[in-house]
Amino acid sequence: MRLALRETMIGFRRAPGLSVLSITTIAFSLFAFGLFSLVAVNIRKTLSEVESRVEIRAFLADGTPVEVVSAAMGDIGAFPEVSRVEYVSPDSALARARAELGEFKDVFESAFLPASIDIRMREGHRDPETVKTIAGRIKSFEFVDDVRYGEDWVDKLYRIRNVATATGLVLGLAFAAVAVIIIGATIRMTVMARAREISIMRLVGATDAFIRRPFLIDGFLKGILGGLLALGLTWFASQVISHNFIQTAFFSRSLASLGLLGGAMIGVLGSSLSVGRHLRKV
Amino acid sequence: MIRFQHVYKEYPRTGLVLQDVSLFVGKGEFIFLTGPSGAGKSSLLKLIYMEELPTKGDVWVSGVRSKGVKRKEVAKLRRKLGVVFQDFRLLEDRTAEANVAFALEVIDVPRSSIQPKVARALAQVGLAAKGTSMPREMSGGEQQRVAIARALVNDPFVLVADEPTGNLDERATRGVFQLLRDINASGTAVVMATHNLELVRRSGYRTIEINRGQVVFDSGDGDRGKKVEVLA
Repeated sequence: MRLALRETMIGFRRAPGLSVLSITTIAFSLFAFGLFSLVAVNIRKTLSEVESRVEIRAFLADGTPVEVVSAAMGDIGAFPEVSRVEYVSPDSALARARAELGEFKDVFESAFLPASIDIRMREGHRDPETVKTIAGRIKSFEFVDDVRYGEDWVDKLYRIRNVATATGLVLGLAFAAVAVIIIGATIRMTVMARAREISIMRLVGATDAFIRRPFLIDGFLKGILGGLLALGLTWFASQVISHNFIQTAFFSRSLASLGLLGGAMIGVLGSSLSVGRHLRKV
Repeated sequence: MIRFQHVYKEYPRTGLVLQDVSLFVGKGEFIFLTGPSGAGKSSLLKLIYMEELPTKGDVWVSGVRSKGVKRKEVAKLRRKLGVVFQDFRLLEDRTAEANVAFALEVIDVPRSSIQPKVARALAQVGLAAKGTSMPREMSGGEQQRVAIARALVNDPFVLVADEPTGNLDERATRGVFQLLRDINASGTAVVMATHNLELVRRSGYRTIEINRGQVVFDSGDGDRGKKVEVLA
């Protein structure tokens, strides 16, 4: 390992320009991937915020005893798909209507709105099918007059989410593939620059695994350095967008670390492919 | 030690470069491989250090058989033989010592034993005082000696030399050849491809001549040997 590290450093020192070029190339291909991921993360965040507002509202029949409502709320709260159950009295409903529909506040003068139970769904259970099933179960309570959950809206939201996920996955894979190819080609230049060493190593009996080692370290280091640079550029871009256009969320610490690790792995993979291809030829 | 049995080598572009080559190299022998350019000398040498594998036939080198040989076995075999080339193949940005040490480092020889082995190999080729010189600061003959030291540092049983004097002047050629003789005298077999017929004639060593991929002459092989004697 000591020798592999030394050989890696010799490679860096011997061709600093090539090393800087490799790191920059890796950084920019990861930056493109990072920008795309930033868009994906923000779309996802917005969608999940909207999604968290998916709720079922069960309107109660006039004069339903409080004990019956409490017992039903307990039952509904125990559904695994349900995260929160809230009782909304006619007064609270009126206050809410006045707040949400400010320009019509004078219309709402008397307590004509029915009491309701508002039910929030847990994450992962906000798909139209589950929402519909739960709404159906709630409607079966005798004292429930009507159930509303914005069927069309939930349906559309879910479709948008699916399309966004699929597009994100396909584009993400395409960006990652492009990054691997570019990084592989960049590292191939390093391999070619050291073809003489490789041939001498083989001549004196070094194994393929031994020959690969410095290149894998090289790819790993360049991946990490390129990844750091890409992360910095993406952060800068997110700041520019936040200040001038729209507030954007940046990657969480764990996502950023995962990105760096991904960069390093892409570096190792690109190196491994390049040196492997070279070794098969010699 | 080295055995070729009905060996054929064919390349997709150049076609057949070796045809039905059968030969045996015994322990501690010195063999000259001669023949015109493109006759197949280098291909034959490459088959010895298994840079290439035969298209047909079999090559055995120190118990390793070419048929079905694994890359790892080839790597292990090369630790037991030394190879030198006309163009020296040194690492230009490392000293003579570092070039020789490199051959030990890449096969995981313990650090503590590298330095004495390198010093001994450089002394053996007469370059004890030039260990810290860079290749570009050395003459062609000296660079070839460094390459020979690198090939010798693992105590190989055979030294394969592909035109080692091809780039050297007459004086350096004599020096390198004398060095190879000394190495042979200490028990290492030498297989040397050369165009230098004067060298071959004077030495009296076994000579194998190749022409158009075939062994047309082997001074160590029965009747043909007599023919060599007549020529010599």
